[in-house]
Amino acid sequence: MMQDSILANIVTPQCARFDTPLHLKSGAVLDSYELVYETYGELNAARSNAVLVCHALSGNHHVAGSYADNPKNLGWWDNMIGPGKPIDTHKFFVVGVNNLGGCHGSTGPASINAKTGKHYGADFPVVTVEDWVETQVRLADYLGINHFAAVMGGSLGGMQAMRWALDFPERVRHALVIAAAAKLTAQNIAFNDVARQAIITDQDFHGGDYYSHGVVPRRGLRLARMLGHITYLSDDSMAAKFGRELRNGTYAFGFDVEFEIESYLRYQGDKFVDQFDANSYLLMTKALDYFDPAHEHNGDLSAAFRAVTANFLVLSFTSDWRFSPERSRTIIKALLDNELNVSYAEITSSHGHDSFLMEDRHYHQLVRAYMDNIVT
Amino acid sequence: MASSDTITLGVLHPVRLIPAANVNLTIMTATATTAPTSPIASRPDFAAIAAWVQSGSKVLDLGCGDGSLLCYLRDTRNVRGYGVEIDDANVLACLNNGVNVIQGDLESGLSSFESGSFDYVILSQTLQAMKHTEGIVREMLRVSREGIVSFPNFGYWKNRLQVVFGHMPVSETLPYQWFDTPNIHLCTLGDFEAFCHQHGVHILERRVMNGDHQITLAPNLLGMLAFYRFEWLK
Repeated sequence: MMQDSILANIVTPQCARFDTPLHLKSGAVLDSYELVYETYGELNAARSNAVLVCHALSGNHHVAGSYADNPKNLGWWDNMIGPGKPIDTHKFFVVGVNNLGGCHGSTGPASINAKTGKHYGADFPVVTVEDWVETQVRLADYLGINHFAAVMGGSLGGMQAMRWALDFPERVRHALVIAAAAKLTAQNIAFNDVARQAIITDQDFHGGDYYSHGVVPRRGLRLARMLGHITYLSDDSMAAKFGRELRNGTYAFGFDVEFEIESYLRYQGDKFVDQFDANSYLLMTKALDYFDPAHEHNGDLSAAFRAVTANFLVLSFTSDWRFSPERSRTIIKALLDNELNVSYAEITSSHGHDSFLMEDRHYHQLVRAYMDNIVT
Repeated sequence: MASSDTITLGVLHPVRLIPAANVNLTIMTATATTAPTSPIASRPDFAAIAAWVQSGSKVLDLGCGDGSLLCYLRDTRNVRGYGVEIDDANVLACLNNGVNVIQGDLESGLSSFESGSFDYVILSQTLQAMKHTEGIVREMLRVSREGIVSFPNFGYWKNRLQVVFGHMPVSETLPYQWFDTPNIHLCTLGDFEAFCHQHGVHILERRVMNGDHQITLAPNLLGMLAFYRFEWLK
């Protein structure tokens, strides 16, 4: 049994190649591209138990389980997805995919452009949430999945789940939209732009073509991540975790690391630079900024949701100030106006936006209860 | 001190459980042998509300608890709808019961719901715990043409008797002590009807119950639970 569960949690990333040109929202065309994905559980005979998990800004296809050659590399949502977990892979066939433009195997700015034989770099087109959904639909076709029992995600992942329900109502039965928003606020776009400016103004950025210079804009990406990280936590959780703790117990009257929070942020920034591509970071933040389904409907989100048929579970977290409960209530209003089946819970949590990734009993019970009622 | 359960709005349904316990045991076993019935099938207070709800209508249940009333209305009246609930455990119970639930505080209004978007808004045994009685009634009749409320009748003779003997009433419908009760706006049938009169609310129907019996004689004295269906006075 023990061995069985370990084996069940071992996953292998796979790659799907698409040679049908992809017309992006920006007008650009990608002739071909690859998507890296992972699957968990078994697709049933009726092909009715598939769940697509969409990732957020810095996520990827490795949503659960671990790798045979690196058992410590657990998927980013492993506490949520797996055998016996809220998204139970005994029941569901779960698909995780690295989005187009990412840097974990799917075609992105760091990939080689077949036309030039060089890294795409600055030539990689800007991608939107709609474009991602289009590529995910193609992946679903490739996997023989006509419709998903559920499409789910947190933050930017929740935006993709919404977009699925908007653009492909016949292909998604349930959407789980967690810690998301129907559009970013000006404050949110502002944070994203400071992050982008940090990267773009780094001397090693070279207009996005840093690959050919053999450098990466480390300082810029590090700052972008540090800033982002502050906004993913809450004031309270930072206070509880770090307070004004000093590394060496006393003021040094200088500018080196003194407070624990400084040490933590610098560590997070450094770690991120080794795992993430700066151009992908720019693309992901742009996809966030552009997401606004109401835009094509004169700002009327309820009108935008008119074609939606999926049932929704919308979750928010009390301390999340970057994607606050108010933003989720805007989504709820649009769903209610269209008389759709929807449930909404506002989860008490002190962990800010990052709460959606945390293991919280009530949060996980809610997801489990909702998933248990999905007929496959 | 009151536990968190007793100070939140969502769990103000102790009375809902009592009629089920009151049901004659022989009846329960008889139905159990013929067809599997859920425990809520024997809830006379649910049946009283369901009798007023047209089949296939759209319902909003405020302070919906674990969603049993909505389940009952879905199963017996084929209604569609949503519950509003503040308590975490009840929101989870609603999800387990497959009921649409929106977590929120009734005291801050029903701003997520469009005007006139429901056939009925139900406030079942929650009115007496609301801070803003007038506000919630106005909100009910904004989002729906008709409102349905039920509440424990403070004028019930057993309650009166306890007051006469110098104590705040503790009974089947009012199971709390004075110091831990969430019920802050208790009223009698007469009080509620006067309130409606003063606020331009037209009562369409009234039903008064004592367990599973309907009370027609001296309802303000003999009735334990009161049910009203109302609309704005035209």
